Amino acid sequence: MSPTAYLYLSGLLFSIGAGGVLLRRNAIVVFMCIELMLNATNLAFVTFSRMNGNLDGQIIAFFVMVVAAAEVVVGLAIIVTIFRTRRSASVDDANLLKY
Amino acid sequence: MTGGETVVFWLLAPLAVLGALGMVFSRKAVHSALWLALTMIVLAVFFGVQGAIFLGVVQVVVYTGAVMMLFLFVLMLVGVDASDSLVETIRGQRFASLVAFLAFALLLVGGISRVAFDEPAGLAAANARGNVEGVAELVFTRYVWAFEVTSALLITAALAAMVLAHRERTEPRASQRELAALRFRGRRPSQLPPPGVYARHNAVDTPALLPDGSPAEESVSQVLKARGDLHERRPAEIAEPAEISRAAEVAEGRTRD
Repeated sequence: MSPTAYLYLSGLLFSIGAGGVLLRRNAIVVFMCIELMLNATNLAFVTFSRMNGNLDGQIIAFFVMVVAAAEVVVGLAIIVTIFRTRRSASVDDANLLKY
Repeated sequence: MTGGETVVFWLLAPLAVLGALGMVFSRKAVHSALWLALTMIVLAVFFGVQGAIFLGVVQVVVYTGAVMMLFLFVLMLVGVDASDSLVETIRGQRFASLVAFLAFALLLVGGISRVAFDEPAGLAAANARGNVEGVAELVFTRYVWAFEVTSALLITAALAAMVLAHRERTEPRASQRELAALRFRGRRPSQLPPPGVYARHNAVDTPALLPDGSPAEESVSQVLKARGDLHERRPAEIAEPAEISRAAEVAEGRTRD
């Protein structure tokens, strides 16, 4: 079998993560689904790096990891702040912009 | 791809998909976090198997070790009983999400299958001096600007978390005298009752009993109550004399618990 199997796995994990973002309403679980999507793209990058024979894909995956870690830090801080004021972590409840 | 790698892939890929599905469909958020950690470990193995040793170790240390632990911290902070209610407020959302997921997956699979890839070059040449050395050479030459910018991003993110999570004290701290006065004017002047201590159970999940035999709700932690971890005792069990208890044990063929 060829490394394209990893690409199929990456696509499947990405779409499962995307479905999870649409389905779940707990803000933290939605965040975890986004992390799953980022991990799937990392797998695709590493597979492409192997297919092309250079390490650029791995470097990009490394930077994706760094940015994802920073995003998790800020996103979770926002969720904690929202939870402190509203006592609810449901994304359906944060609808202040609704007219 | 060698035979060993094929075996590893076909053993672990279903595990990764199982972890992803378990994360999306778990009722409790902590279970979701653990399923995601499983998927991340499996992906770290895939990174290692494909020649990205540095990235595999970084995946375990940073993603599974730091990011998932951060998720679990915040889950514990926000409250383990803050789970989804199963009632979906937007009509047709579940069905539309399923359709979207299937369509997207088909799109990706269809797109990948139509590409004619070259023979995979493999990383033997790129990893000739070692994976870490190869990654370091690229990071500090071609990608050094992105490296510096992401380090600035990390500092900004840490500052942002400190600013967002900080709570400013808006009124002076209450002294012990004020706290005691508030307590006597409030609902309960005394301390909370401790959990029940019985012959067979004296853990914190056993509520104390009021004089009429009903359990005292305030004697156990509300988190245990929300999680459903309370050890309920039947009131008749307490009032039974010892000989009836023993006879009942013999009759039922087991010890009462």
